[in-house]
Amino acid sequence: MKAMVYRGPYKIRVEEKDRPAIEHPGDAIVRVTRAAICGSDLHLYHGMMPDTRVGTTFGHEFIGIVDEVGPAVEKLAVGDRVMVPFNIFCGTCFFCARGLYSNCHNVNPNATAVGGIYGYSHTTGGYDGGQAEYVRVPFADVGPSLIPDDISDDDALMMTDALATGYFGAQLGDIVEGDTVVVFGAGPVGLYAARSSWLMGAGRVIVVDYLDYRLQKAREFAFAETYNFGEVDDIVVVMKRATDHLGADVVIDAVGAEADGNLVQHITAAKFKLQGGSPVALNWAIDSVRKGGTVSVMGAYGPLFSAVKFGDAMNKGLTLRMNQAPAKRQWPRLFEHIRNGHLDPSAIITHRIPLAEIAEGYHMFSSKLDDCIKTVVVPDAA
Amino acid sequence: MPYTAVKPSRARTSDELRATIPGWGADLDPAVRPSYPRERLEVPVTDTMPEQQQHEGYRERSIEHARLTPVFGTVAPLHGLSGWIRRLAYDRYSEGRALHWLLLVLGDRVDSAASGLRSFASLRPDNPITETGVLAELKRGGLRSRVGRGRIDLKHTWIDPILVAGPFVLGAVVLWRVTRPLRRRR
Repeated sequence: MKAMVYRGPYKIRVEEKDRPAIEHPGDAIVRVTRAAICGSDLHLYHGMMPDTRVGTTFGHEFIGIVDEVGPAVEKLAVGDRVMVPFNIFCGTCFFCARGLYSNCHNVNPNATAVGGIYGYSHTTGGYDGGQAEYVRVPFADVGPSLIPDDISDDDALMMTDALATGYFGAQLGDIVEGDTVVVFGAGPVGLYAARSSWLMGAGRVIVVDYLDYRLQKAREFAFAETYNFGEVDDIVVVMKRATDHLGADVVIDAVGAEADGNLVQHITAAKFKLQGGSPVALNWAIDSVRKGGTVSVMGAYGPLFSAVKFGDAMNKGLTLRMNQAPAKRQWPRLFEHIRNGHLDPSAIITHRIPLAEIAEGYHMFSSKLDDCIKTVVVPDAA
Repeated sequence: MPYTAVKPSRARTSDELRATIPGWGADLDPAVRPSYPRERLEVPVTDTMPEQQQHEGYRERSIEHARLTPVFGTVAPLHGLSGWIRRLAYDRYSEGRALHWLLLVLGDRVDSAASGLRSFASLRPDNPITETGVLAELKRGGLRSRVGRGRIDLKHTWIDPILVAGPFVLGAVVLWRVTRPLRRRR
């Protein structure tokens, strides 16, 4: 089969790989019909995530058709159209039993601090991802769901991570009616977090980024007020002025490890990998939220240390909430929101490319070319 | 004003927001939010374990784990010098030690360099043009996307070509040096 393969930082190509095999009775093999490139894939692409091995296939956002099932699989059958959450989880361990699917303890021998994720380095278990024609799906009775007939492939694809994560990020803000919510980052997760904040009763939603085309999308898609931090001297002061010098009730970091806006932080983290991530957006979140407020972190960071302004977080009495989203737990409610017209996830898709062009797709997304926000990858076998 | 107890007034009332924003307030009640409360029993608690995935030989694991997890990925097993470095990181240092992660990062760089060099002895050597996707600069408006748009990332974009092309240049220099004795013999 054809699959995207990592060759080292900034280098990927499409190679012929063996079709994945059933390795556990609970496995299924899924023929991928659509995959997406996620902002967090860029951390792998740039060599920021420890133990990213040459030969690995990325891709934790994908949907497809069940092609083979293991002997213990009961709920799926060959030919089923399924959406697969980016988390790999067993469904029965201490954490899964309590709904913390993203923290499953039974799928990642390489680390205890994170669960299993498709195509996201050995730090999350060493699984191949879905930017390929076929992918191995462990615990097939637990993770994947049949895509309802009235849900489009594109909407289902967005639900496998980006939408579920953005919506989960808004929930972690514990938004109450009338709250002012600031979202740092107008990428897919930030756009979905901003849009979801309204569902939870926000009184104002403000989105901050440095790319004008993404801020325009934030105004149109998420009905948000927007600020370009590249056009102001100090975005924290601007946020304070915008909130009557009180600070926002809730701030969501939807940027993560490669945040820009502070040259030293960005270069030491994103370019030279001396930190687990560039915590510029996280520090701005800590500074921009009001005392006693909540910071929700949806941006992905590496496991190494980062220079976070923790003292201010303590002094302000903040609540810091974060996690990888348990994607599947969000799905029933997200189906309702899509059906009721509250959310239109596929509206943020800007590009579609064949798998053969994935190297150029990564470069485009990484370099923010052609007003790229979300790229869908379509394998030949789809 | 924050210097009194009064919360800043809102530009739009809830009724105005409900009338203009699709779904405004649909999840106002925390009880309908799917991850509320954060921990909620989803299945009966049992002491059963999933069946163990079969494997042969060594499979690295964090020393913070009591055992190999029932299911794990099998892509790109440890090999060569990078494998030795990674194994040291897993066998010796917990996730709480910076050395664990720094060794894994070192293993990544060794893996990448060795794979690049090995590729030149294969039928498909690494290709800096196609693998970096740099042709997107021409096809996807590299100049148009950057110039005159106030992008603050342009302050450090100059580093990217060095980071991307550097390993290729370094590899070429190493190859040139290593093969010098062979060329002299001829």
